[in-house]
Amino acid sequence: MPQVFHPSMNTISRVTIFGAVLIVAGLLAVVFTIVRSPYITEVNVVREQPVPFSHQHHVGDVGLDCRYCHTSVEDSSFAGIPPTATCMNCHSQLFADSEMLEPVRESYRTGTPLEWTRVSDVPDFVYFNHSVHVRKGVACVTCHGDVAKMPLMWREHTLFMQWCLDCHWHPEQYVGSPQAVFASGSSGDRQRVAEDLSAVVEVESQTSCYTCHR
Amino acid sequence: MYPHSPQMALAGLLVAAMAAGCEQDMADQPRYEPLEASDFFANGMASRPLVEGTVARGHLRTDTAFFEGTADGEPVAEFPLSTVAEKLGVEGNESQQLEHVLTRGQQRFDIFCAPCHDRVGSGNGMAVQRGFPAPPSLELTRLREAPVGHFYDVITRGFGRMPSYASQVPPADRWAIVAYVRALQLSQHAAADDLPAEDRDKLPKGDAAP
Repeated sequence: MPQVFHPSMNTISRVTIFGAVLIVAGLLAVVFTIVRSPYITEVNVVREQPVPFSHQHHVGDVGLDCRYCHTSVEDSSFAGIPPTATCMNCHSQLFADSEMLEPVRESYRTGTPLEWTRVSDVPDFVYFNHSVHVRKGVACVTCHGDVAKMPLMWREHTLFMQWCLDCHWHPEQYVGSPQAVFASGSSGDRQRVAEDLSAVVEVESQTSCYTCHR
Repeated sequence: MYPHSPQMALAGLLVAAMAAGCEQDMADQPRYEPLEASDFFANGMASRPLVEGTVARGHLRTDTAFFEGTADGEPVAEFPLSTVAEKLGVEGNESQQLEHVLTRGQQRFDIFCAPCHDRVGSGNGMAVQRGFPAPPSLELTRLREAPVGHFYDVITRGFGRMPSYASQVPPADRWAIVAYVRALQLSQHAAADDLPAEDRDKLPKGDAAP
């Protein structure tokens, strides 16, 4: 009886077996890369906005406190986007004829709010609350990046659950003095709470599912 | 593992489509987030304003001295410390309350007032340095003699080119700012004799009244 398979099938079968593994691994790698690429996470991608508002100018140059505009950040889950009237506190006088600010003046005249494009957003099944993070000493820059150096706004971190858990598992590496929460500057500059968290502020690792999901 | 028939392939596609659908709905559920846009309401806003003439439960403002800064139409002269402390959730005796209120006032002043009035109230803040008409210094005699209710009124309703800060600063914080304004005024006009003896000794000799 003649041989069914030609000797070259030895090579072909090896290539096919290992090739299949490589192809599957390669496909997984591609999916993994895409999911973590700025295309999906929107990290470092500048958003189109109705007015090219610059945090670098208002926070970095002028020195406005975050809370001047984001007034509810200490008391509410939502930090608050300022009404156009807040812009007009200064811009009724400063750059009052600027072409760039015409949408702001129009919004003020007509009472139609500006429609900003949201930069930082978590899925609806995550119940994020600004006030508790701020109260416990998580600085704005820890999640939002140093907005004092952002001419236009982008997302600094992925906001993936894995990223949230980095801090929820090891808050001592991220939580700082509650007095320095609103300071700008890189998060590395901030003084870390020492190893004994309870001695400084009441911070504990919150990793129960219900902490964020309900 | 791999689809062996058109039916299997179709089933696989369906599962994938359904999974994608689930992700969408869970991440963007049919409820409004704060300030979200809405097709439902005529003005396109999901956040609704208060219906005119209504008062939210627990928000009736009968205490005009506290909420308006006036009594019988005149600005109040007495600082409503106990009410302010209560609203800010401060406990302790009067001097502890005052210390807390002043600290809070300093913080709020630096956030909301310093952009124009600068941190000591002389009226040369960053907005002024960039062209905003300068406000008067808070050290002026007429302002040092003005009753506390006047400052509360100005924060609440605005004055001249200064807009109302009522939407940004709640009433108790406005009073805390008023207390801090008084502290700033005092800081520029305190006599060396007002200091306790141990602090007076720390002053440089011959430079007691800057």
